[in-house]
Amino acid sequence: MLKNDSLENVLYINLTRRTFRVERRRELFEQHIGGTGVATQLLHEECREGCDPLGPDNPIIFAVGPLTALFPLASKAVAMFKSPLNGNLGESHCGGRSAIAIRMAGYGAIVIQGASTMPVYLTINGNQIHFRDASSLWGMGNFSTGRIIRENETGSGLRTIMRIGKAGEKLITYSCVMSETFRHFGRLGLGAVFGSKKLKAVVVSGRSSLPISDRKIYRKLYDEVYTTAVDSTVMKKYHDLGTAENIVPLNRFGGLPTRNLTGAQFENAPRISGETFARQYLGRRLACSHCPVGCIHIAALREPYEDVAYFYKTSMISYDYEPIYALGTMLGISKPVDFLKLMDRVEEAWGMDAMSLGVILAWATEAFQRGLITEDETRGVKLKWGDAKAYVKAGGYIIDQPNDFYQTLARGVEYASSIYGGKEFALSFGGNEMPGYHTGPGAHLGVLIGTRHSHLDNAGYSIDQKNLVEKKMKPEELVDVLLNEERWRQILSSLVVCFFARGIYSPELVTRLLDVAGFDLSPDDLQRVGREIHTEKYRFKMREGFSLDTVRIPERIFETPTPIPWLNKQYLKEALTYAQKTIVHELEEKK
Amino acid sequence: MFACSRRVGEAGLARSCIGVRSIGGMERGFSVIVCKACNDPPCAKVCPTQALTSREGGGVRVIPDRCIGCGHCREACIIGAVYWNDETNKPMICLHCGYCVDFCPHGVLGMQKRELENVEE
Repeated sequence: MLKNDSLENVLYINLTRRTFRVERRRELFEQHIGGTGVATQLLHEECREGCDPLGPDNPIIFAVGPLTALFPLASKAVAMFKSPLNGNLGESHCGGRSAIAIRMAGYGAIVIQGASTMPVYLTINGNQIHFRDASSLWGMGNFSTGRIIRENETGSGLRTIMRIGKAGEKLITYSCVMSETFRHFGRLGLGAVFGSKKLKAVVVSGRSSLPISDRKIYRKLYDEVYTTAVDSTVMKKYHDLGTAENIVPLNRFGGLPTRNLTGAQFENAPRISGETFARQYLGRRLACSHCPVGCIHIAALREPYEDVAYFYKTSMISYDYEPIYALGTMLGISKPVDFLKLMDRVEEAWGMDAMSLGVILAWATEAFQRGLITEDETRGVKLKWGDAKAYVKAGGYIIDQPNDFYQTLARGVEYASSIYGGKEFALSFGGNEMPGYHTGPGAHLGVLIGTRHSHLDNAGYSIDQKNLVEKKMKPEELVDVLLNEERWRQILSSLVVCFFARGIYSPELVTRLLDVAGFDLSPDDLQRVGREIHTEKYRFKMREGFSLDTVRIPERIFETPTPIPWLNKQYLKEALTYAQKTIVHELEEKK
Repeated sequence: MFACSRRVGEAGLARSCIGVRSIGGMERGFSVIVCKACNDPPCAKVCPTQALTSREGGGVRVIPDRCIGCGHCREACIIGAVYWNDETNKPMICLHCGYCVDFCPHGVLGMQKRELENVEE
C-alpha cells in the first residue's frame, strides 16, 4: 500500500453519541485488501456475538478497495452487517456512485455504530461530518427523499445518496437501501438496519486525488483494461439489453422459476423479456461511476389518467433480470405494464428487496390456493397468479402491517412458513429468498453453501449451463468448484470490482493493477487471501449458529424438474456434508 | 472525469476539469459540465490580474503566476465550468485537448473544430 493512500482511513460514526473519529488502519487493508475482506474483519471487531440485528449493537460497515476510482469497472461498494432477515452474515453490494464517493471522500471504510433516538441523515463531505435532522423525511419514499437531500446538500455530480423507504423505517427484514435512485444494497435487509438506527440516509461526497506508484505504467494499464472492457462481449450484452437479456435463454433452458417454482418455464416469457422492454419501454440507460458498460436499464412508463383527457404520468422504473423473475414469472405476471407498476411501488414507494418480496408473495399465493391462509388473513385480498393489483395491495399491507399475517410476511418466507406451514414450497435458502435460477444442482447447492446465500457468491447457475449439462460431477467435485469460485470472488469483491468484469480481471492482471496501488500480491498470494476471507466469513456464520448439516432444503426444488435430470436430495445432502467438513477443516487449520 | 485527471498523470478527481451531474436526479438524465470555449469569455473579463487570457478560437488559458485565487472567474461562469484546484487555490479550466473523448464509449463527448467565419458574434 502506498504512503498517504487515504484507503487506510476508517471513519467511525456513533449515532448514539453523535460523535465520529478516523482511525488509520493500514495493516487491515494490507492484509485483507479492502471491500469484503476488510469489512469481514471489521464485522468481527464490531459485531458482538448474538447481537440483535435490529439493536444499536449491530454495526453498518461500508468498504471500498484499492482499485476503486483507479480502474474502470471497480464501481461497487460493499456493505456488511448482521442480517435481520436470516440473523446471520449480512453482505450486500451496490453500484451507482457509492464506491467512488466513499473513496473520493478519503475513506476505505465507514463504520456506523449505535442508534439515534430521532430520525437523522448523515453527510460525509471529505472530513466534514454532519448529523442532520431527518424528521421531515421520515415516511417519504425513495424519489422524494433523494430530491430533498439533493436540494439541501452540496456535491452534485460527486455524491452518493444512500437512503431507505418506508420498508426500512418499518423494520421489514428484507428492506433495501437505495443509492442514486435506481441501484440498491438489495439483499439481506440493510434497509431495516438503517431503520432501526433511525438513519434515513447517508450522503457521501468528495474529489480527492489518489497516489499511484508510476504514472506511465498507470496510464498504460488503464488503457489496457479499458480497451479490453469496451471490446468485450460482456460490454455489448449488458449495455444493449441489460441483465434482462437472460430471460429468454433461461426460459428456453428450462431454468426460469415460475409461479412459485411450480414450473421452470413461463409461457409468456417473451412478453416480459429484455427485448420487449428495450423495444417498448426503455427510456434511459445509465452507468455506475467509472464504468463504461452502462448496464442500468430504466423503463419509461407513460400512463393516462383515468378520468381526465390528455393528462399523463410518466414514471421512470428500473428493471433487471432478477426483479422480472421475482415480480414477474414467479407471480405469473405477463403484462409488462403490470410488472412495471409493481416494480415502481417496490422501488419508489416501499424500498424492499424485489427478489425477497416476489418469493414471499409467490409463497403466499400458493398457501392461499391450498387454504393454509384465507381471506381472513389476507384482509380480503384474493391472491392469484398474474393479478398485479392484488399483489400491489398485499405489498401495501406488508408496509402497513394491519394484522398478524402481514406482520409475519414482513419477516420473510422462512419465518412466514414456520407459522402458517407450507415449508416445502417456501423458497428460501439459508433464510434468504431464492434467486431466479432453477438450472440444476450448481444453482441450488451454490446458494445453499454461499456465504450470503446469493447466486453471485459462486455462480452455480453458470456451472449448470456450461458444465453439468454436458457431464455429471460428483458432489465433492461440484462443492470444490463452487468453493474455489467463491474464494476467488472474495478477491474481486475486496478490490472492489463488479462481477460482470470477472472475465477481464484475471489473477495475473489483478497482480499488475495492485502493483500500481502499491500492493505486492502475486496470483498465488491472491488465491491465499481469497481463501482466508472466505474462511473468515464462515467463522462469523458458524459463530452465529449456521451449519450446512442443518440448513433447510425446500422440497419444491426436487418436485419441479431442472434441466439437469440427475439432481436429487441424496446428491445435495452428500454435497452439503462434504462442504461442511471442508469448511470446518479450513477453520480448524486457521486456528 | 477520471480521464481528465489521468491526462496530467493523476488518479482520482482532484484535477478534473470536466464534470457530469444529473439534471435533477438519475431519472432525468445527465449533463456534462465543461468549458464551452466562449468567444468572449466572461471568466477572463472579470479576472482582476489578467491571469485568464482569451485563446484564439475560443476558450481561455490560465497563467498561474498571475492568479491571486479570488474566485471571480468561477462566479462569472454560469455553466459551472471553472473547476477549482484546492491545493493551489487556483482555477482549472478545460484546455480542449480531447483526451477524455477516447474514454467515452457511447459517443457523448467529441472534438469539433469550429471555423471562425461560422461563429456568430
